Amino acid sequence: MKKKRLLDARSRVELTLSAIEGGKGRMRKLTDMGLIPGEKIRKLESSQSGPVILLVKGAKIAIGRGMADKIIVEEKIIKKTITIALVGNPNSGKTSIFNNLTGTRQHVGNYPGVTVEKKEGLARYGDYTIRVIDLPGTYSLTAYSLDEVVARNFILEAKPDLIVDVVDSTNLERNLYFATQLMELEVPLVFAFNMSDIAKAAGQHINEEAFSRLVGIKITQTVGIKNKGTTQLLKSIVETYQQKEQAKKISINYGKEIEDELSKLLNCLKAREPLIKQYPLRWFAIKLLEDDKDIIDFVKTEAGTEEILKQSALSRGHIMSIFADDPETIIADRRYGFINGMLHEVVTHTAESHLKASDMIDRVVVNRIAGIPIFLGVMWLMFKCIFILSEKPMEWIERAQAAMGAFVSGFLPEGSFIQGLIVDGIIGGVGSVLVFVPIIFMLFFCMSILEDSGYMARIAFIVDKFMHKIGLHGRSFIPMLLGFGCNVPAIMATRVIESKKDRLTTILINPFMSCGAKLPIYTLLIGVFFSKHASGNVLFSLYLLGFVTAVIMAKMLRKFIFTGESAPFVMELPPYRLPTLRGLFTHMWERGWLYIKKAGTVILLGCILIWTLSALPIHAQGDLSKSYIARIGKFIEPVIKPLGFDWKIGTALIAGVVAKEIVVGTLGVLYGAGEDKNEHSLNLRNALREDKYPDGRKVFSPLIAYALMVFVLLYIPCLSAAAVIRKESGSWGWMFFSISYSTLLAWIAAFIVYQGGRLLGF
Amino acid sequence: MDTVALMIPGDKAKVVKLSGKVNLRKKLLDMGIVSGAVIEMIRHAPLGDPIQIKIKGYHLSLRKTEASHILIKSLR
Repeated sequence: MKKKRLLDARSRVELTLSAIEGGKGRMRKLTDMGLIPGEKIRKLESSQSGPVILLVKGAKIAIGRGMADKIIVEEKIIKKTITIALVGNPNSGKTSIFNNLTGTRQHVGNYPGVTVEKKEGLARYGDYTIRVIDLPGTYSLTAYSLDEVVARNFILEAKPDLIVDVVDSTNLERNLYFATQLMELEVPLVFAFNMSDIAKAAGQHINEEAFSRLVGIKITQTVGIKNKGTTQLLKSIVETYQQKEQAKKISINYGKEIEDELSKLLNCLKAREPLIKQYPLRWFAIKLLEDDKDIIDFVKTEAGTEEILKQSALSRGHIMSIFADDPETIIADRRYGFINGMLHEVVTHTAESHLKASDMIDRVVVNRIAGIPIFLGVMWLMFKCIFILSEKPMEWIERAQAAMGAFVSGFLPEGSFIQGLIVDGIIGGVGSVLVFVPIIFMLFFCMSILEDSGYMARIAFIVDKFMHKIGLHGRSFIPMLLGFGCNVPAIMATRVIESKKDRLTTILINPFMSCGAKLPIYTLLIGVFFSKHASGNVLFSLYLLGFVTAVIMAKMLRKFIFTGESAPFVMELPPYRLPTLRGLFTHMWERGWLYIKKAGTVILLGCILIWTLSALPIHAQGDLSKSYIARIGKFIEPVIKPLGFDWKIGTALIAGVVAKEIVVGTLGVLYGAGEDKNEHSLNLRNALREDKYPDGRKVFSPLIAYALMVFVLLYIPCLSAAAVIRKESGSWGWMFFSISYSTLLAWIAAFIVYQGGRLLGF
Repeated sequence: MDTVALMIPGDKAKVVKLSGKVNLRKKLLDMGIVSGAVIEMIRHAPLGDPIQIKIKGYHLSLRKTEASHILIKSLR
């Protein structure tokens, strides 16, 4: 119980009148109206000005605001919680409705075991706390895509109290097709007819009342991006929840032939009711008739269900013989028939399509001649934005990290282990997590612009022919392109790929796209061992090798691991829309934060581990060549000997696991180049050129340098990339797979280069 | 019989039947390609494939191989 002044108390919740301030006159006046201490009252919708309307003993009374300020009430703490699932087609504006309902009270996570993002938030209305679960946007509830399975299982297993279906008002037919499937799940349903402003402007009028009556479902017209209709939607949710017992069930009549078969199946099912009591019976029967693979599998695993399987095969056969088409097609036809009939009665059109503007843009943007140049321009702009605009902030973070390190080391004994651990290990590790933050925020900002505007679907449309040739989907293009900058954002960008196989393939080949951090190594080695006029070609050959490897591996993965048909490329091209700043920033923040939280911890731990290995044992006194990491380098020397590498290179390669650019720094330290240990350092260049084995043979040659570059190009994705692979694939298994197969591949490639080169006399 | 893959931009046709694997057929049904629905061919992608069609008031893209499983009757 919380004491409050009536003026400030929340509306629509139960209040208990506790005291009245002021003289006897006021007291009497109020008691005459029934406002006696202890009385339960309710404040109705309150406005900023004007009298306060109260509900007392079932009667409405109005009192002045001054008076309301003198009345003390006790507010009951919220007690009722409703769980609702927010569903809808992709591009229906579901995200903006979710944001409007929940404000900032959101939580982003994953569904257990899968990488589908789970968003949850809280809304309040009157006495109710409403837990809103945002389910993935889907077109249907068959079990063919991961998103659909997640959405369907959540509704069937977690049994939310109510479902809110966000419907794109400008595309009622297809959106309501999804709704017809929801109706069969027998969970109370509320419609949010979103983008109602666009529909109205296009001359579409919906008779809401008639519609609600026909289907027995409340409708609220909303405009998500302008936050219109949110309170009304909440009201519909709570009212529907309160009346759920008396809600009438509307089911689609599929016509005599199908209904006959359904009732046969229902009879069969009723005999086995305990088995399927978690599912709505009629829905279950329809799914059997549709040959839904999840449901069939479920039935098959249970004993004594032969009867059900037999009947469903019989029914399917019967329908097929009558209609010369399969039941799922007939059922879909009937659903669309139901929708058409309904829309015919309640929707009137007075003007032509709302798609005019969008069609005009498409005419230019996916034009046969201009389409590709425009697309290349957009890609170039995005690449520039992501990598150039984040350059400065990254520099600031590095500088802040250095300053922080210098500040902290002042308090710690100079040169001690603890100083190194804290400054280089921990602060350095945190730095290497944070240094990616600007680039990732920029990435998600740009991706959101492409996604929210509708251009992302066009990109897939334009490049699909090419991507399909290499066994991928049009949507794999952007991650591949971003890989040339940095694999971390690139792997995160694979989220736009719907099919799991395509997505994992794209993730696993991504590290072969030579990222920016490998460039310093190339620059150093090419500068030392290759002539000026050859350098461009050498560099290009490496990028090409990476790309070719990626393409070959994509084909191999498709052939041997992610076998089976690729998902159909049947994709909506949504109308162009202007993204809202709020939407863009919300996306950017959510995704960026998730990176810091999930990948960050793994990267940090890895950095500390590598640092510790290079700083211990203590008696090495900071001499890297005596550290554990150098010992590991020496230990693996026999393995890398056939590639022409010595232990120093091995050590640098191990240290480079943290981040590829560290390879150069480590070589610098091992060759004693002193403070000046970047790729332009003269000392390091000379040391590399002159380094000899005890027998006088030179350690490096152009051939070995090239083998080393090939190895660096292909081996282990850096620690950050590995952490992101783990997060995005949802399993440690794929991360270890990626690490080991790429390293194996690197070894083979470097072996071929070195040994082949020697045979050819280089 | 004609299929959507053979339509040229500007053509309109009625869907008669779907062929192909279950996976594809269900996806097409979900997207509103049911018999009797009217399809308008809009354009080919700049590289010639996939294609963009209009159905039930919205735009859809699909590869030609997929479009060849939608059997149609021309409305010209």
